[in-house]
Amino acid sequence: MSWFRKKDQKVEAVPANERHVKTEGVFQKCPRCETALSRRHLEESLQVCPHCNHHFRLDARLRLAITFDGGEYEELDSEVTSIDALGFVDTKPYPERLVQAKQNSGLPEAIINARGLIGDHLVFVGAMDFSFLGGSMGSAVGEKVTRIIERAINERAAVITFSASGGARMQEGMLSLMQMAKVSAALSLLEEARLPFISVLTDPTTGGVTASFAMLGDVIIAEPKAQIGFAGPRVIEQTIRQKLPEGFQSAEFLLEHGMVDMVVDRREMRPMLIKLLNFMVNPEVHPQVAQVALANNNGKGSSTISQPETSGALSKLDGQPK
Amino acid sequence: MNETTIVNDPLTALERVKLARHKDRPYTLDFIERLFEDFVELHGDRRFAEDAAIVCGLARFHGSPVVVLGHQKGRGTKQSVRRNFGMPKPEGYRKALRMLKLAEKFNRPVFSFIDTSGAYPGIDAEERGQAEAIAHNLRESSKLRVPVIVTVIGEGGSGGALAIGLGDRVLMLENAVYSVITPEGCAAILWKDAGEAERAATNLRLTASELYRLGIIDRVVAEPPGGAHTTHDETARLLDDALQETLAEVTQFDPPSRLTQRYKRLRALGRWTTSV
Ligand SMILES: [Zn+2]
Repeated sequence: MSWFRKKDQKVEAVPANERHVKTEGVFQKCPRCETALSRRHLEESLQVCPHCNHHFRLDARLRLAITFDGGEYEELDSEVTSIDALGFVDTKPYPERLVQAKQNSGLPEAIINARGLIGDHLVFVGAMDFSFLGGSMGSAVGEKVTRIIERAINERAAVITFSASGGARMQEGMLSLMQMAKVSAALSLLEEARLPFISVLTDPTTGGVTASFAMLGDVIIAEPKAQIGFAGPRVIEQTIRQKLPEGFQSAEFLLEHGMVDMVVDRREMRPMLIKLLNFMVNPEVHPQVAQVALANNNGKGSSTISQPETSGALSKLDGQPK
Repeated sequence: MNETTIVNDPLTALERVKLARHKDRPYTLDFIERLFEDFVELHGDRRFAEDAAIVCGLARFHGSPVVVLGHQKGRGTKQSVRRNFGMPKPEGYRKALRMLKLAEKFNRPVFSFIDTSGAYPGIDAEERGQAEAIAHNLRESSKLRVPVIVTVIGEGGSGGALAIGLGDRVLMLENAVYSVITPEGCAAILWKDAGEAERAATNLRLTASELYRLGIIDRVVAEPPGGAHTTHDETARLLDDALQETLAEVTQFDPPSRLTQRYKRLRALGRWTTSV
């Protein structure tokens, strides 16, 4: 909880005469207001510039730590990783790119799956990381997103995703595109099971991730100024042959156009998620509670809840995550 | 299952791309005219607009009522502009979803035809939720209770194609292509050189035979010698046979088992490893 207690603390700007001192590793310059920020202060403010509110991109594991109760979570599915199914070689072979991405990011994939409590609610979280090949969704990312959804159905829990993605992973061709279909189909089962899905869009969320799970949340939240869209700005400019207006595809633009429910400061994100979960996890519709009630032969209200047809489909599947 | 043999001499992936984009290639309406009777076109998404880049409506397939829908490109400048070069906006996808729901309500199978370079990348499309429209279609069509048979007839352009491309079976004409990104776009990003489109096309594995091998499509439908653009009638006849067989295959299951199969098929898509 210390993350949140510190949020109001004033962080002093580094005096101008100290800014040019060689302080690499200690200070980081804010790309928006250009203030030099101490890394320690930046960490305390959850990688948000205390001066201009710029939200730095967040490491997936740090994201999980600031989201779960007490920063505690169990990482899942880290063994699910990408392979070069197409033999794709651009200026470098894809397997080399994968090795590099793992080294540079310190992550096994562009998404980290986790299980834990948020406001005492059991939640499966998928946190994407842009530093792993631009957060692109290949087969492994699609599989991991599908697994947290299926796990949530099996354990009657909620799903939260934090997206950060440039879109599909080109090096996996159509296998990558089909992940959009796969994760969306899994979400239709989650919906039929009436379980909560909160989608948080962080900078940037574009392409195939936006056009699949990211836009399918019961509630969709965006971080301030995050770039969110389907087509890339350059592609649009080339197509319409004109400059894009200021703020196009920003979180605020999406809010104005009715595409997201709210824009929430990262420092307020966890309390907001808890508020939403408190609303969504309803014992009267929550099947786990319903089943317990039935077992106790005390089915008032809950006995009228019919099992969704497709939950049968899911239970018949082979190779489900245990 | 009759495994279709490739009739043409082996072509490069980029040559197939060019054939898939050929101006004389049969478009959705050319197939509707030849494969279906009593076509009644329906219009509009009931929310914002009519989108002529997608055509859809009610028809009969060998006597039985069905819903048909597909991307529609235009021939000539005027028609191409009217059809927005076959690039749908959100209203096109929302209209398609209306058709899927209509099919479900009246328990009629759906035939969907894919032929687009992609969803329209424009300010208005983004404002009205292009991504949301595509995502919504994917989720809803995964659980549609009636049979959905998809055929890639020309260009399968990424999410804009997939938005009406989720079904029980996916067929693909021999010279059609289906790709996560255009070879030109891929070359520009990965090689920083649009001239590398040939290499990009090869690497992307976007041809019907490659996609069959990867398990992404279920059947390659042969085109007449010389390609679909040489004879629409003969192309339609070959597709007709394939569609009839496929329809018979998918209608033998009741909705719950068809939905289970559909989910399993989608669930299995992708290649990854779990060995660390
Ligand atoms: Zn700043």
